[in-house]
Amino acid sequence: MTLFFLSSGLFLGWSLGANDAANIFGAAVGSKMIRFRTAAIICSVFVILGAVVSGAGASETLGELGAINAIAGAFIVAAAAGFTVFWMSKLTLPVSTSQAIVGAIIGWNLYTGTATNPQILSKIVSTWILCPILAAAFAVVLFVLFRFFFNRAKFHLLELDFYMRLSLIVIGAFGAYSLGANNIANVMGVFVSVAPFRDLDLFGLIPFTGQGQLFFIGGVAIAVGVYTYSEKVMHTIGRSLFRLSPETALVVVLAHALVLFIFSSRELAQLLISIGLPPIPLVPVSSTHAVVGAILGIGLLKNARNINYRMLGEIALGWMVTPVVAGAITFVALFFLENVFMQDVGRI
Amino acid sequence: MPILLKSTKIIEAQIDEFLNAVSEGVIVFQQAIKDYLHNDREKLESDLVSISHLENRADELRRTIETQLYSHSLIPEHRGDVLGLLESIDNVIDTAKHLLIQFSIESPDIQLALIKDFLDLTEQSAQTAEAIVLATRAFFREVHAIKDHLHKVYFYEREADKTSEQLKRRIFALKIDLARKMHLASFVQHVDSLADRAEAVADRLSIYAIKRII
Repeated sequence: MTLFFLSSGLFLGWSLGANDAANIFGAAVGSKMIRFRTAAIICSVFVILGAVVSGAGASETLGELGAINAIAGAFIVAAAAGFTVFWMSKLTLPVSTSQAIVGAIIGWNLYTGTATNPQILSKIVSTWILCPILAAAFAVVLFVLFRFFFNRAKFHLLELDFYMRLSLIVIGAFGAYSLGANNIANVMGVFVSVAPFRDLDLFGLIPFTGQGQLFFIGGVAIAVGVYTYSEKVMHTIGRSLFRLSPETALVVVLAHALVLFIFSSRELAQLLISIGLPPIPLVPVSSTHAVVGAILGIGLLKNARNINYRMLGEIALGWMVTPVVAGAITFVALFFLENVFMQDVGRI
Repeated sequence: MPILLKSTKIIEAQIDEFLNAVSEGVIVFQQAIKDYLHNDREKLESDLVSISHLENRADELRRTIETQLYSHSLIPEHRGDVLGLLESIDNVIDTAKHLLIQFSIESPDIQLALIKDFLDLTEQSAQTAEAIVLATRAFFREVHAIKDHLHKVYFYEREADKTSEQLKRRIFALKIDLARKMHLASFVQHVDSLADRAEAVADRLSIYAIKRII
């Protein structure tokens, strides 16, 4: 039964792997700088590592937003978010899993009468806006540095190609790690307090917490998504949507990875506190919005005149529509699960 | 990855060798014309053998480089440009070889009064070709230096055009048969065509250079 209730989270993980792996390796695979198989292996390994090692921070923030205390409730929250993402993607509306899951948690709060902490909510919403802006700023700085370096370094074109591939792999691995660390909260965050996994000791040496096991399963679901469906998405991204040169792709992936890392690293947050700076909130953010922000930043730097304001408008619209839709679906589904299927969906 | 770096180094060496072959071919071409104008037919024939070897080697290297770039999926962003560039620069040495063959077969009777102009034209064409080889090397290694070489290509090509026009005027002012005038003018055109080939490469290269600069 546990596995059945986890299935909605696993589906979210699968869809995350299928779509968001392309944000990291799309340009590299689409432009044939890296083979899909290589990208898939690196992506899978590092997503799982990121999820297990650094996934707790962003997950905790979601837990503070809504402490879901019944596995059936968590199932509905993840299923509603997954359905919202699937349905809005079908309608070709821009959608982010992060926003869907937040909307779904608020839907659960409303249904069970749990108060939503406005401070946590505003912290989360502010990061949605901050994420693409920060990605754009990082991309501008990185692009200027890369341009300065590459245009002066007297590499042979073929050597440059070699180092570019190597960089795409290394930075792609970092991107995958950050994606796992930040977005595992979307996939498995709502199950943290209700999953029945006990802490283990691997070979009596390595402690493996229940939460770690949950994140590991979520990471595997993401990896399955990468293997089964992301190749098509990568080729679409690499060839048509964002036709990026390898140099630009490198900057975009690095900016995206840094943003996701910043919003998930406890160590970095503690470091900022220790030097007297305000801590960065640990919140799951949209990988796609980070990529769009980074591309936009480079576009502005290059004086692009045809910025797609419609796309920006759609993203902003997504910030509002996605949580509302996910919240509404959660509310209705919880009602059915509790009253028709007689399941405990959680309480205050 | 180390295997990829090794094959990268091998192809780099092959590109360098290819450009060396073209560059040497241009030097041989210039020397051969001088030999012909100084009536050293035997030397011309040996130059012809040398340039044929160089041209064959350049063809061989170009094909190997092209195959390797595809089989290792290298430089996907610039592969088309590099192949186009190698093929068009290969035309330069092809043109030089065919020109020497024509000198060897047709043995144009060049008047003493025209020899200096012919030598000037040959030198300007060779300088244009030399400059394009340097520009191509810069495309691979030092992209910001391309324009320094390209402006020389365009300069020498213009000079070659001027000399070619002046030479044709002199030829047609001579009191010789029209058939001989036509024959000599066609050789002026041939020697000048080497500079034109180099200019065609320069036109491609100036576009590729924009793509190479981030």
